[in-house]
Order: sequence, then C-alpha cells, then structure tokens
Amino acid sequence: MTTTPQAVRRASPRTRRPATPAATDPAAGLLPQTEPVRLLDPDGTPLPARDDYPEPPIEALREMYRRMVVGRRFDTQATALTKQGRLAVYPSSRGQEACQVGAVLALRDDDWVFPTYRESMALVSRGIDPVEVLTLLRGDWHCGYDPAARRTAPQCTPLATQCVHAAGLAYGESYQGRDTVALAFIGDGATSEGDFHEGVNFAAVFKAPVVYFVQNNKYAISVPLSRQTAAPSLAYKGVGYGVPSEQVDGNDPVAVLAVLTRAVAHARAGHGPYLVEAHTYRMEPHTNADDATRYRDADEVEAWRDRDPVARLETYLRARGALDDAAVAEIAGQAEAYAADLRERMNAQPTVDPMSLFDHVYAEPTPQLVEQREQVRAELAAAAEGDA
Amino acid sequence: MATMTMAKALNAALADALLEDDRVLVFGEDVGQLGGVFRITDGLQARFGDKRCFDTPLAEAGIVGFAVGLAMSGLRPVVEMQFDAFAYPAFEQIASHVAKLRNRTRGKLSVPMVIRVPYAGGIGGVEHHCDSSEAYYAHTPGLKVVTPATVSDAYSLLREAIDDPDPVVFLEPKKLYFASGEAQLPARTEPFGRAVVRRAGTDATLVAYGPAVPVALEAAEAAREEGWDLEVVDVRTLVPFDDGTIADSVRRTGRCVVISEAQGFAGVGAEIAARVQERCFHALHAPVLRVSGLDIPYPAPMLEHTHLPSVDRILDTVARLQWDDQPDPRWLTQGSAA
Ligand SMILES: Cc1ncc(C[n+]2csc(CCOP(=O)(O)OP(=O)(O)O)c2C)c(N)n1
Ligand SMILES: [Mg+2]
Repeated sequence: MTTTPQAVRRASPRTRRPATPAATDPAAGLLPQTEPVRLLDPDGTPLPARDDYPEPPIEALREMYRRMVVGRRFDTQATALTKQGRLAVYPSSRGQEACQVGAVLALRDDDWVFPTYRESMALVSRGIDPVEVLTLLRGDWHCGYDPAARRTAPQCTPLATQCVHAAGLAYGESYQGRDTVALAFIGDGATSEGDFHEGVNFAAVFKAPVVYFVQNNKYAISVPLSRQTAAPSLAYKGVGYGVPSEQVDGNDPVAVLAVLTRAVAHARAGHGPYLVEAHTYRMEPHTNADDATRYRDADEVEAWRDRDPVARLETYLRARGALDDAAVAEIAGQAEAYAADLRERMNAQPTVDPMSLFDHVYAEPTPQLVEQREQVRAELAAAAEGDA
Repeated sequence: MATMTMAKALNAALADALLEDDRVLVFGEDVGQLGGVFRITDGLQARFGDKRCFDTPLAEAGIVGFAVGLAMSGLRPVVEMQFDAFAYPAFEQIASHVAKLRNRTRGKLSVPMVIRVPYAGGIGGVEHHCDSSEAYYAHTPGLKVVTPATVSDAYSLLREAIDDPDPVVFLEPKKLYFASGEAQLPARTEPFGRAVVRRAGTDATLVAYGPAVPVALEAAEAAREEGWDLEVVDVRTLVPFDDGTIADSVRRTGRCVVISEAQGFAGVGAEIAARVQERCFHALHAPVLRVSGLDIPYPAPMLEHTHLPSVDRILDTVARLQWDDQPDPRWLTQGSAA
C-alpha cells in the first residue's frame, strides 16, 4: 500500500485524542487530528462545543480581539513606513493575526518566545516597544529590544535555527528547576531545514518544554507547500520524533488559542515538546519587495479574505454580547493612536554611532579591534575637521 | 611536576571545571559512558552524573544550537565535536548565532560556551578526520580560537576557555593528544592573547601554532647543525592574536617563517605573514615565508607525510631567507604572469 495522504488520513480516523495512547498503536497518541481543529465557522458561527479543546474564557478572547486589531494596524503602519523609505524591508503577517496573538496569549510573561522575521506583530503583542521591534528593519542596529528582559530571542532569519535554541533554553530552564516554556515559531517552508528536525528531536529526547508552532501560510516566498513536503500535513512530522502534534485552523482565533493553551500546558506539565501546525495564509507578499502575483492568483487570495480572522472573532464576540459598536470603535481608536505614535517616533532620525561598531564583538575588544577603532576614530576626526 | 599526556590534562581541566562551576555541562557524541572517541571525557559521567556529562543525538547543528539555548538560560556548555570535518554541519549555528548573538543584541545576550574540536592530521586518519579548520573560525568575528601545543597549555587554556565570557572554539591537535609532557596541575600559563617564545634564537623566527609547534622546535634543533640559531614562537591563541610578541621577535631576528599545518592559501599562516611584514618591514632582511600544508584536500594516510610541514621543508625554507642577499630563484621561475 502506498502512503498517499488519503491513506494516512484513513489510517487515523479518530477525532478526539484519547487520554492514554492506544496500546496497539504507539503512534496514535502522537498523531494530529485528521482535520484541523476548528471552533468557529469561517463566518464566525460557533461550532458544537468539544471537551478536548474547551473554549478559552470570553475575557481572553476579547483581549485577543483587541490585540489582533492593534496588531493589524501596526502591520499596516509598518508596511506604510516601508513605502516611505523608513524601513529597509518589512515582512507582513497580515492574515496571520490569530496565530501571532494566540501564541503570545497562550504564554506567561516569563516564558520564552523564539520568533522569526515574520513575528513583528507577535512581538508588539507581547508588549515590546514597536520602535524597538522595528530597529532591525530600520537598520540602526540588529535586535532593538533586550531579549533577556523581554524573554524573547532576537528575530531569527537563518531559517529554523531557532528551533534548537528553544530546545536548549527550555531544557536549561527545567534543569535549573524553573517551569518556563519556550515557544518557537517557524514557517511551513522552514520545516524542510535540518535544524527544525534537530530541534524537535533534541527537545523530545531531553523532554524539553517547547511548543513548536508552525504557521503554514502555504508559501515559502514563492515556493508552495507541495514542494516542501509529501506529508499529509506538517503536523504529521511530530510523530517520527515521538512528539504529540495537532493541526488547527489558523484563522480561527478561538481554536488557535484553545490548541496552543493545551500545548503549553502539556509542555509545562513536564511531558516534553508539542508540535502545532496552524493552517493560515499570508495576505501580503513575502515582503514589500516581493511580487506575489508571479506565483499565486488573485482568486486564491480573495478566497482567503473570506476567512479573515479578525472579522471572524468580531462576529463571534458580538454574537456572544462581548463586543458592541462602542467597544469596536474604542479598540479601533486604540489602534489608531498606537499607529500614530509609532509613525511619529519612526519619523525621528535615529542616531547611530560608528564607534559603537567595536563595542559588542567580544566582552572586551581584541587588540586588533582596538587598533581598528582608533583608525576609525582618526578617520572621523579628520572628516569632522574637513567639514569644519 | 609530573609527566602526563595532553589528553590527560584536558580531561583534568574538564573535571576541575565541572567540580568548581555547577553551571558547566559537558556533552556531545559518545562523551558519556565511552568517554569520547579520544577519551578526553573519560570518567566524567561516572564522577559527575549523566546530567552534567551526557550523550546527545547525532546532530552537530543540534549540539551547538542546543548549547546556544543552554547558555541563554545561564549555563556553561562545553561541547565536543567528534572530529574537525564533522563540525561542519554546525557551522551555520556557529557563524550565525554563536559568534554574533552578543553583537546582534548589543551585549544584552551572550553565549559563553566552548566548542572543543579534535583537529588536524598526522595520525594516519582516513578522509574527513584530519582537516585543519582553524581559518573558518578565525575568520569569524565574535569567536575566540585557541589551540594548545603543550600539556600545561592544554589544561590552562581549556580552563580559561570555560571561564571566558565569549564563545571559544578550542582546537585540540589530535596528533599531540598522546604526546607526554611535564606539567603541574592545576597549571596556569600565559592568558589568552599572549604568544610565547618556546625557544630563543637570534637568526630567524619560526612562528607556529598547534600541531606545527613541535615540528618547528624539531626544525630549530636540526638547524643548529646548519649554523642557524632559530627562535620559535607558539601563537597559542589565534583570536585574540598577539602581534606584539611576534613582531618583537622578528624585529630582533630580522627573518621570519610562518608554519601551519593547514593548507596555506587564504589561511591563518597567510594572515600572520601579512601582519609581520606590515609591522616589521624595516627590520626584515628577507620576505616573510610560509611553510604550510599543500593546497589540496587532506590526502590519504600513506601520502600525508608529503603534505605536512616537515623539518626538511622548514629548513629548505629557512635557507631561502636571503642569507646571501640574492633574488630567491623560486620567484624567477614561478609566479609570473608571462
Ligand atoms: C537558511 C536560510 N535559507 C534561505 C533563507 C531565505 N529566506 C528567507 S524567508 C524564506 C522563506 C521561508 O518560508 P516559510 O518558512 O514558509 O516562512 P514564511 O516566510 O512564509 O513566514 C527564505 C527562503 C533564509 N532566511 N535562511
Ligand atoms: Mg510560509
């Protein structure tokens, strides 16, 4: 029998994770459900409640909505800043708001996040100053925030390399008796990189409390998912490492938060890592410099517009009576104020100091760096004299 | 003073570091029960337990990336790469994260760790087991790169590497592992950034590091018969580099040969030669020459002796140091575009 996706799907017919894996099939407790977990219909209508993924508290969902609205506004503002030449480049996560915010809300403030370049929205959702988040893209330094204080690693560009750091950090924390969880973001394309596999495997072998959160937005720049994997879906990659996995509708905010909450609890309880794949879609090009029309057609993008996560949550919260016109307007106002503040602060020209180039290569500069620093100092002094 | 091998001194350094600093963790491939394929971690797991010294999955990027995360959590990882060429899978982690994290975060995060690499040849090893990979690391700002040539240095430099606030690539010359020397542990020798004159001489300076140091010393001994009194400088730490000690020596002797086991092109030996001639031009009676491995993939065991810098090749090179102030015949026939 060939293992076509269909065949694998048929081999795993259950829709609920049993409390203990079936004795006959050691993989059964590890496999994701055959269909992505969904608690809201795309139009915001709630689906029947389920006991494997209880709905998060309504207050949490309201806060999620607020952060998604602010996050989206931040994202739009960052794209605008790029057009004005304030940022060198910006990878938008528009369309992925449920994932960006859900991951942050599922964690405690003292948990660690290992983000990629795609996660600017998640970072501002974590409360990191947006100017510090955009330092990298503005170009006045690499990482603009304090990773140790914010418990957030620098945004990672070498694909998948952060997956191993998360394993080490999480193991190191538990080794020292702390119950920190690490959440590593990763894209669909990057799951083909070796470091994804090494990271998940290390985390599993060392029982490190890590949640690997794959945002499957269907493309790696231009390359579609079908070129990355022949697996039924990316959540099926966990079973080979002994890691329980789940897939979720990444545009269903309620389901994303429910699934990630469970994954984080699993890791924190000392059961080791967990892999979550969220099916979502990036509405914008890969970055502002990309031309997405070369590899995907407008119909496809339009179809995803109908599954907008922000509208979906808004509809649901309104139906639940947790949101009304006044609240929506108030939150929109917060988002506008946030964007205005960002715009204004990004308009100020950052000061950069060439002498700082030598400061953080080593704890103490080597004699060779001291020599080069003196050379640059002399060059700058001569240039300043020339200007005078 | 006691006689011991470099392997024993390295083992003692790891044991003492584990004993004195709870944050130190030693891990890699086969380093646990087996004690490493070169037995450098012998007995550490039995003595300190399998939480302090442990085997990992076979994945070098994983090992180094895991160490990054552990260092971020406040621990002090000391990892072993099984052989030089098998550290290459970890290169992305080393070049993009280990070396850069302090810089990328303006010093808010640092990842002090030691990456131990048994390196270089001279042991009759088959392919992929004998690479001299120091240039890759020395070319990567943010890393310190250290290579001991004596038993005392092996102990002292490894202890210093583990205590250092920056990541250190610690290159252990395989062919010296089981060479014995005199040492009094816990030895403390010159700190990082200091080269050491291993043999004083007046006629020319041989600059060498790691596995090339004993060869240079042997050549200096043999040179006495030819009437040359050669000084030998052991670089010890490639990064940070000690320009001063080397330049002082060359200014005294007026002649310099740089010896490295690695292939020569674009290598550390080339860097040293360039630095010496920049600093010592007016003291030099001859161009700075180099003796290195050939610019070939590391050869099969039965051919490695032709590849490696030898006493004869060093003496032939010393002979070309303009003793009679005549053009070097080699450059009359080679290296011209015509
Ligand atoms: C090791 C490595 N190779 C290539 C790149 C260039 N690159 C940047 S983003 C990207 C696509 C990644 O796609 P995916 O993992 O799906 O994440 P997404 O951008 O869709 O969020 C590529 C190829 C890189 N950053 N790192
Ligand atoms: Mg993608």
